[in-house]
Amino acid sequence: MVRFENVGLRYGLGPEILRDLNFVIPPHSFQFLTGPSGAGKTSLLKLLFLSLRPTRGLVNLFGSDVSLLVKDEVADLRKRIGIVLQDFRLLDHMTTYENVALPFRVIGREESTYRKEVIDLLKWVGLGERMDALPPILSGGEKQRAAIARAVISRPQLLLADEPTGNVDPTLGRRLLRLFIELNKSGTAVIIATHDITLMDQYEARRLVLHQGRLHIYE
Amino acid sequence: MNNPEPLVDLAQERPQVPAQARNLSPIVPRASIAGRALVAVVAIMTFLASITTGAVLLVSASAAEWQSDVASEITVQVRPQNGRDLERDVAAVTDAMRKQIGIIDVKPFTKDESAGLLEPWLGSGLSLDDLPVPRVIVARLQPGTAPDLTALRGRVVQVAPSASVDDHRAWIERMRTMSNATVAAGVGILALVIIATIISVSFATRGAMAANRPIVEVLHFVGAADGWIANRFFRHFLLLGLEGGLIGGGGAMLFFGFSESIAGWFSGTPVGDQFTALLGTFSLRPSGYLVVAAQAVVIAAITAWASRRTLFATLDEIE
Repeated sequence: MVRFENVGLRYGLGPEILRDLNFVIPPHSFQFLTGPSGAGKTSLLKLLFLSLRPTRGLVNLFGSDVSLLVKDEVADLRKRIGIVLQDFRLLDHMTTYENVALPFRVIGREESTYRKEVIDLLKWVGLGERMDALPPILSGGEKQRAAIARAVISRPQLLLADEPTGNVDPTLGRRLLRLFIELNKSGTAVIIATHDITLMDQYEARRLVLHQGRLHIYE
Repeated sequence: MNNPEPLVDLAQERPQVPAQARNLSPIVPRASIAGRALVAVVAIMTFLASITTGAVLLVSASAAEWQSDVASEITVQVRPQNGRDLERDVAAVTDAMRKQIGIIDVKPFTKDESAGLLEPWLGSGLSLDDLPVPRVIVARLQPGTAPDLTALRGRVVQVAPSASVDDHRAWIERMRTMSNATVAAGVGILALVIIATIISVSFATRGAMAANRPIVEVLHFVGAADGWIANRFFRHFLLLGLEGGLIGGGGAMLFFGFSESIAGWFSGTPVGDQFTALLGTFSLRPSGYLVVAAQAVVIAAITAWASRRTLFATLDEIE
C-alpha cells in the first residue's frame, strides 16, 4: 500500500530532517509512529499525505510513484486517505454534521444518500447531540472527535492521525484509540503519530520510531 | 501491553437524534467574499462602458446620416461677376444640371432664400442688391449613382464662368475622420474599462481566496480537486458579475431612455439646439439597447473569466 525507499526530506537549503527512510505499510495494518518532539513525525505524515514531496528517494502510494503525480491525481489519492491533524482543521461556518459530511460532498454524493451514515457515526463518537453545533462552541475533545469522524466517514484505505489524543483526557483518549482499532478491523491501515507512551501501551502494534531523522521499526 | 477494552457504542451516553434532511451551508461562506464592493465596481465599469458605447453609436449613426445626406447632394455656387447677369447664369447652370444623368432634382436658391441663409449672421431686412453674395444651386443625386463631375464642371463653367461645383468631398472626409476618431476613442475607453474591470476582479478574487485559505486547505485534505474548489468560488463571482452588469447596463439603458426627455428640457437653448443638430434626438435605436445589454453580459463573463483565472493561479500556490 505504501512503500518508502531511501527517502530523504529537507526544507529549503536546511539539513535533512528525514534520512534514508525505508519501510512498507501493508494493507489492514496498525502502527504507531513515535519519537521525540521535533523528530519529524508530522513531516513524515505530510509525506504520506502528499502535502510534501521527498527531496530524494522513492515514495510509492497505492501503486503510484508520487513524483509522477499531477495535482488532480493527488486529489484522487487523497480521497483514499483520511487525516486527523493536531489543530483539527474544522470549518467554522459549517456544523459538526456538515464538517463530517464534507468528504461526501466533495465526491458529489446527494445528502439523502449519506445522511444516516453521518448521523450514525456522529452518534457513535458521542456527538449525536452536537451535530448542529458550530466548531467554535465545541470543546477540544468534541473537535477532536469531529475531526476523527470526518477522517473516517468515507472509510479510507489509510488513516493518518497526528497526536489524536493530545487534546483529550486519558479516558477519552482510550475511547478514541478503540475507534481507530475498530476502523482497522474493518480494513483500514492506521498510522497514529504520538509520543504518548501510555496510549501505545494500551494496544499491541507495530512501532515506527523516528530518531535523529532515521526510522527504526519494532514489529 | 494490555489488550483493548471491548468496543462500546459511545452514542449510548447521549440522547439519540433522528436523521432528517438538512439545508447544507455553502462550502464558501457568502460573507467571506467582498461582494458589495465588487458588485459596485462591476456596475460602475459596466455603466461607463455602456455610456461610452451608446455615445459612440449615437455619434457614428449621426455622422453616417450626415454623410449620406451630404454625399447625396452637389452644391453649385454662382458668384456675381461684372458684365454678367447673375439671374441668367443661375438659370443656365440650372438647365445644364438638369440635363446631367444621375441628378434627380435641382433647386436654385432665390434671392430671398439666399438672404434667409445669411440672416443668422447678417440680420434680417438684408438687401442682397448691395452685396456681392453668390447664389447657391443644390442638386440631389440619384442614390447609388456617381455622376461624371468633370463633365458637369466643364458644362457649368461653360455657361457660367464664375460658377464652382462642390461635391462636399472634403467635408465628408472630415466627417469620416471625426466619426472614426470618435469610434476609436470609444473603443480605447472600452478597452481601458475592461482592463480596469479585470484588474479589480482579480484583486477581489485574490482577496477572497486569501480570506478563505483555511477552507481551501481543508478541501484539499478531503480530496477536493482544484477544479471542484474553483467552481465553488466561481459561482459567487459569476453571480456578482451578473448582478453588477445588470445594475450598470440597466442604469445606462435608463439613462438613454430618459435622455430624450432630458434633451427636450434644453431645446430652444443655444446649447440644446447645437446638440440636437449634432446628435439628433439623442435617442438610441433598439439595436443600440441590444448592444448595451450584450455588453453587460460580456462584462459579467469577463468578471467570471478573470476570477476563474485568478482562482486557479491562487490554488496552485495553496497546498
